Amino acid sequence: MLLTLTTTHRPATDLGYLLVKHPGKVHSFDVPTGTAYVLYPEAEEDRCTAALLLDVDPQRLRAQKDAFELSQYVNDRPYAASSLLSSALAKVFRSALRGASKDRPELAEVALPLEVRVPVLRGTVDLVTRLFAPLGWAVTATPIMFEPEIGGDSRYVDLLLTGELRVADALNHLYVLLPVLDDGKHYWVAPDEIEKLLRSGEGWLAGHPEKVLIARRYLAHRRALATTALELLESDQPVTEEEAELPVARRAPLAEQRRDAVLAALAEVRASRVLDLGCGGGALLAALLKNRDFTEIVGADVATRTLEQAARRLRLDRLPERQKDRVRLIQTALTYRDDRLRGFDAAVLMEVIEHVDLPRLPALETAVFGHAKPGAVIVTTPNVEYNVHYEGLTGMRHSDHRFEWTRAEFAAWADRVAAEYGYTVTIRGVGESHPETGAPTQLALFTIKTEVTA
Amino acid sequence: MIIDVPELSLVALVGISGSGKSTFARKHWKPTQVLSSDFFRGLVADDENDQSASGDAFEVLHYVAGKRLAAGRLTVVDATNLQSHARAGLVKVAREHDVLPVAIVLDVPESLAWERTQDREDRTFGRQVLTRMHRDLRRSLGQLAKEGFRKIHVLRGVDEIAAAEIRYEKLFNDLKTEHGPFDIIGDVHGCRAELESLLTKLEWELIRDEHGRPVDAVHSEEGRKAVFVGDLVDRGPDSPGVLRLVMGMVAAGHAICVPGNHEQKLARKLNGRNVQLTHGLPETLEQLDAEDPSFVAEVRTFIDGLVSHYVLDDGKLVVAHAGLKEAYHGRASGRVRSFALYGETTGETDEYGLPVRYPWAREYRGSAAVVYGHVPTPVPEWINNTICLDTGCVFGGALTALRWPSRELVAVPAAKEYYAPVRPLIPVSTRPDQGLDIADVTGRKHIDYGYGRTTVPAENAAAALEVMGRFAVDPESLVWLPPTMAPCTSSAVDGYLEHPSSAFADLRTAGVDRVVCEEKHMGSRAVVRVSASGSGDAIWTRTGRPFFGPELDEPLLARVRAAVTPLFAELETGWLLIDAELLPWSAKAGSLIRDHFAVVGAAGRAALPAALSVLEKAAERGLDVGALRDRLDLRATEIDAYSAAYRAYVKPTDGLTGVTLAPFAFLAGAGVSYAKKNHDWHLALADRLVAADPELFTPTRRMIVDLADPAAEAAATEWWLTMTAAGGEGMVVKPWAGLAATDVKGRLVQPGVKCRGREYLRIIYGPEYTRPEQLDRLRQRNLGRKRSLALREHGLGLAALDRLAENAPAWRVHELVFAILAAESEPVDPRL
Repeated sequence: MLLTLTTTHRPATDLGYLLVKHPGKVHSFDVPTGTAYVLYPEAEEDRCTAALLLDVDPQRLRAQKDAFELSQYVNDRPYAASSLLSSALAKVFRSALRGASKDRPELAEVALPLEVRVPVLRGTVDLVTRLFAPLGWAVTATPIMFEPEIGGDSRYVDLLLTGELRVADALNHLYVLLPVLDDGKHYWVAPDEIEKLLRSGEGWLAGHPEKVLIARRYLAHRRALATTALELLESDQPVTEEEAELPVARRAPLAEQRRDAVLAALAEVRASRVLDLGCGGGALLAALLKNRDFTEIVGADVATRTLEQAARRLRLDRLPERQKDRVRLIQTALTYRDDRLRGFDAAVLMEVIEHVDLPRLPALETAVFGHAKPGAVIVTTPNVEYNVHYEGLTGMRHSDHRFEWTRAEFAAWADRVAAEYGYTVTIRGVGESHPETGAPTQLALFTIKTEVTA
Repeated sequence: MIIDVPELSLVALVGISGSGKSTFARKHWKPTQVLSSDFFRGLVADDENDQSASGDAFEVLHYVAGKRLAAGRLTVVDATNLQSHARAGLVKVAREHDVLPVAIVLDVPESLAWERTQDREDRTFGRQVLTRMHRDLRRSLGQLAKEGFRKIHVLRGVDEIAAAEIRYEKLFNDLKTEHGPFDIIGDVHGCRAELESLLTKLEWELIRDEHGRPVDAVHSEEGRKAVFVGDLVDRGPDSPGVLRLVMGMVAAGHAICVPGNHEQKLARKLNGRNVQLTHGLPETLEQLDAEDPSFVAEVRTFIDGLVSHYVLDDGKLVVAHAGLKEAYHGRASGRVRSFALYGETTGETDEYGLPVRYPWAREYRGSAAVVYGHVPTPVPEWINNTICLDTGCVFGGALTALRWPSRELVAVPAAKEYYAPVRPLIPVSTRPDQGLDIADVTGRKHIDYGYGRTTVPAENAAAALEVMGRFAVDPESLVWLPPTMAPCTSSAVDGYLEHPSSAFADLRTAGVDRVVCEEKHMGSRAVVRVSASGSGDAIWTRTGRPFFGPELDEPLLARVRAAVTPLFAELETGWLLIDAELLPWSAKAGSLIRDHFAVVGAAGRAALPAALSVLEKAAERGLDVGALRDRLDLRATEIDAYSAAYRAYVKPTDGLTGVTLAPFAFLAGAGVSYAKKNHDWHLALADRLVAADPELFTPTRRMIVDLADPAAEAAATEWWLTMTAAGGEGMVVKPWAGLAATDVKGRLVQPGVKCRGREYLRIIYGPEYTRPEQLDRLRQRNLGRKRSLALREHGLGLAALDRLAENAPAWRVHELVFAILAAESEPVDPRL
């Protein structure tokens, strides 16, 4: 992987003094993942280019166990610019990064006409522009195409930056933004990374419009670290979380409204022993636990990792015994029947059915309505008609959704299931309703028909 | 003196301290059969005589007794058992496990007991304690029967105790030594004519009395017996006629009969009890009125003598009128009898006012086949190794028999509807997944699958459950998953990591003398199930997922079905399970290729020329970059070769256009596993499909090699070199004999080893893997784990096919398929 730094300042060869690397030599440095070279493909009076070339040794890279997923034996690390290059840059241009120069101190202080080229860098033209343009660079990013047999753009661009900047600033921008664009670190991100970020970001990061994204990605998406870093940047702007899937303004309130609607429905049927089927990370469980009316709460999910998240969220290991006795987490798959789910007042399927393949839905119906047979079942699912209100949403609301139903489709399903398993059902909307499309979420409340037994 | 004790019972020894209970127990039973209160006191309190520990000691003793009885083991309790509350605890444990409680009382003179007590240093109580015990014993003797002890033996005095001999008696329901063969006949309900036709159809010869009434039937086959599941009477036209025939057959030893609820009710009526005259009983009584009173008396005796269920044929077969759950097999208690006669109800009633039956068969997991009647059903259907034979003859249905052990069903239709049913007959299972319970697959599981034994760790099961629950096709259709396959031993041939010579050597070492080399298609593994009727058809991936979604899978299946159709008649099966590769790779794995392989190619092909151009200019300036430039030049060549390797498996497809299937094994059909067929057979069938629809099916090139013939090996090597040079993935070398090939000791051998091409392996091991130093290192790869995993998954898969062929319950097939999926979560180098 490679980056080049060119200046047309005269004499351009002064670049050698600023970088403390003589243009007449090939400099090589041993770095943990291979060998870094600094060499000058051109060194004229009017134009001088320093190249940092990192010859990655895949064997040594693989030896760093934490670095990448074990299964990824073949990867782009030897070719694309990443934190490997950034680390090498910090090592070989240490004093230049600090803005220090023994031989040309005055030159280190001033902006010079510079060109930076990173021939292979992960990122889209848009993102690269958003990150570098606010720093005073003119950005030319050319998407790298796949071969015609595959077709389309790869995830890389060939990046060319031009501008009048101090060499130290240019190097610091690259030091921070290369790993940000690559969105991965080859080493474990510890709290001292915050310090590195703030040091390299001094003077430009606090005012950067994408500082949230930069901090989050630089700190390997460790929320706590990113928040600390952003607070330390002493900005007067409030910290907002980046939202991946839906517009921020809509998403959080809808989740809350949905939870409230489910809680209201549970209160309506006076449930005290409740199943949360497909409990996920435990958002609803936490709300249920707060209300003492719920004496037995069981969270069930198919994914063990999700259940571990829920256990952490509920702080199960630290709850007092009486509280803890009220809640249990179990792994189950709703396409099997499960005796542990029998005998509850109510079962909640909040945003769950749309994650089941349609042909497998009857199995879930049998398991829940036929076998577990709770007194009430509360089902919520997206109303696909409402999707037109989500700007930029193509396809379904979540990548794992197997279907999203219109109100008519959901009602037809609910009516059939109710008739087949001896329940009555009412349907309501959740979230702000629109006259034409209805509410974003639809909720069905099934209650069992009380049977007279002989 | 002979003491009769049922083979399975809870024996309580009763006697005062010093009466010789422990000595008696030691003499007659194994130490592990005897649970002594002294021992349990010692266990919980370090002191056998610490009476304050008795409460805890008995709690543990009852627990252990319960575990033993649940497992069907005779258990003897050595304690004084002089007080009714102590005995009540034992009776309760016995009842909970439906075994008979037995009391053996050792009654010795108090003076002798005192003498013995004084000889023991650890007994410190006084004479008055012994006197009190003796008083308790006297009082107890009269109470034992009332307390529920079904057999009470009192041994008086030292001599009787010394002379006692234990004799074990079988329970009435134990007919394990009866091996049949049997013709098990469903609910007759007075349909004598149909019973006669059925017996005749089953080749029984009817014997008639002077009035022409059948009174017995004989079968030419030695030892064949008829077994009646009860409900001989009521509703139908000739209940006495049916009784006469069945009673005659039972008396002659030609038949076995269990009672149904209708016999039970009839007997109660005949015994003078007040019963409701409903459900066809009045008709029977009217018919019996016309009979001789002596016959009616015989009927009463006959019914009173019937045993509610039988365990037959070494425990492989259980017959009870309303079925029987596993815990009750071979047990004796009121509730076992009640279950056998009436079944279990949920307490709810259905829309016709009839009790809702608890679906015990759905939960049945026993190894014995349970054959029963009681609930009329339109078609007899095996559910979890149980079958209901009541096909509603009296309601105008049919009278059905099950032949055992062949499991063949034979039926005759009813001549007419003799009685109108209260509700229409409903099939036993109408819902999907009814047979599959989450408890069948979760948690740590030990599985004996016939070809070996394996343990599925709970965490692997949890991972598999997630895949199965979120992504897989209906687990009841998912009857098989392809096992992983090990590569051949690393080759020493210069420049190669895998080479045919090591593949041949591997199989030779395994004791195989003839192999088939099959072209390895680089696509996505696909298992296809197609049937003549089209119902239950599916195509799934190696992890059990649907392929493209219904909109493409359905038309794909339809085309496969069309090509396969002639084979259904030829192979005498309604469906076929086919192992295949779906091509091209990009059809299913397009995003994988793009996101994991092509990105590396794209990055490398952009980065290396850029770096080389920098070095070029530096060299022009006179800098010494020669060695670095050579290295990067080599890399540039390698990345081009790498890109060419994955590109070979990318072909344009549009919907199903361009998609083909390369079938290479026909795994199973109805009632048969084809694992023993050789690969010529499999590939010949595959060729037929290619001929039938050359656009949809891709042929599999192959070469048969006799491992004793070096020329044949050389030819196959040449063939492999040509194929892989043209972009082929490589080949799989399989024992020619077929999937179930074994070595001389009868152990399964690997069903095949893969031998992948030199260029293909760049995708797996990286563009630069062919460098000598890298190859040397890669040759050290450890294949042991992968091989053992491959063999285990293969065995599990074969066992799944066997169970499928035997028509085993869905959960028995599913547990194996699930275990294959769970095995895939084991950490094994994914490059192998």
